[in-house]
Amino acid sequence: MTPDPASKRPTSTQFSRGLGAAALVGSAWLLLFGLFLSPNDRVQKTGVRIMYIHVPSAWLAYLAFIVTGLSSAAYLWKRTRSLRWDRLAGASAEVGVLFMGITLVTGSLWGRISWGTFWTWDSRLTTTAFLFVTYIGYLAVRDLGGTHQQRARRSAVLAVLAVLEVPLVHFSVKWWRPLHQQESVAEGELKGLMLFTLFVGLISFTLLYVWLVLHRQRVMEMDDARDDHGLDLALAERRNEALEPR
Amino acid sequence: MIAMLNAPYVIGSYVVTFGAIAAYAWRLVVRARRTAREIPAEDRPWT
Repeated sequence: MTPDPASKRPTSTQFSRGLGAAALVGSAWLLLFGLFLSPNDRVQKTGVRIMYIHVPSAWLAYLAFIVTGLSSAAYLWKRTRSLRWDRLAGASAEVGVLFMGITLVTGSLWGRISWGTFWTWDSRLTTTAFLFVTYIGYLAVRDLGGTHQQRARRSAVLAVLAVLEVPLVHFSVKWWRPLHQQESVAEGELKGLMLFTLFVGLISFTLLYVWLVLHRQRVMEMDDARDDHGLDLALAERRNEALEPR
Repeated sequence: MIAMLNAPYVIGSYVVTFGAIAAYAWRLVVRARRTAREIPAEDRPWT
């Protein structure tokens, strides 16, 4: 097999390069507004600046897990069974775990400022940690081995069940009244430059999410193709061995 | 004073966030290059 020397960016297209550039610009804007241009909060002072990365990363993790659930349901639907859905589910879950991990770490740092502790077992934090661990488990299940269709089927069933945890995490602040604050955006408590900065964070993280998922699912497609070629080669070798005169 | 006390947590959260995303993106690019060497170009229909 001849390697393709021209390709330094094998998963890249003109669209993905444009998307990546937009994500970089958005991230620069987020740094500028989040760290310098947005005002301090009356109560939390500079601590509020963590919100501009903590809240968008949590939203993107939810979105990623919902995309995983929906694409898994699409795979399980009898008429499709396409591995494209499975790869989209897997890529989105992996990026979702990244954003959920960021949510937990930034929330922990924000909690140290607001509550004086890095961690407390309140309902929002506990359900979020549980969601994080669930999707790490989902990724582990994807790596168990077997054919691509076996991987897709078992992980799709798990993803369709796991996505039910997302509303549990989201509404935990309403149902159990934890230490974690209520929804500031939906309640209209954020205004002006603070609200604008939060939306800059949301847009730039969304662009990053799409870029990462796009590239991750292409890497998965190449991994699957490599596995198929490996299997074809192994079968051809066995066939040749069987045909050789003893 | 409060602002100064909180600065390490605020800056640390931005460093962790963008550092983690950058590290993951870099790992993706490296893995993509390595895998692309092992498959023919026709297995990359997007190119």
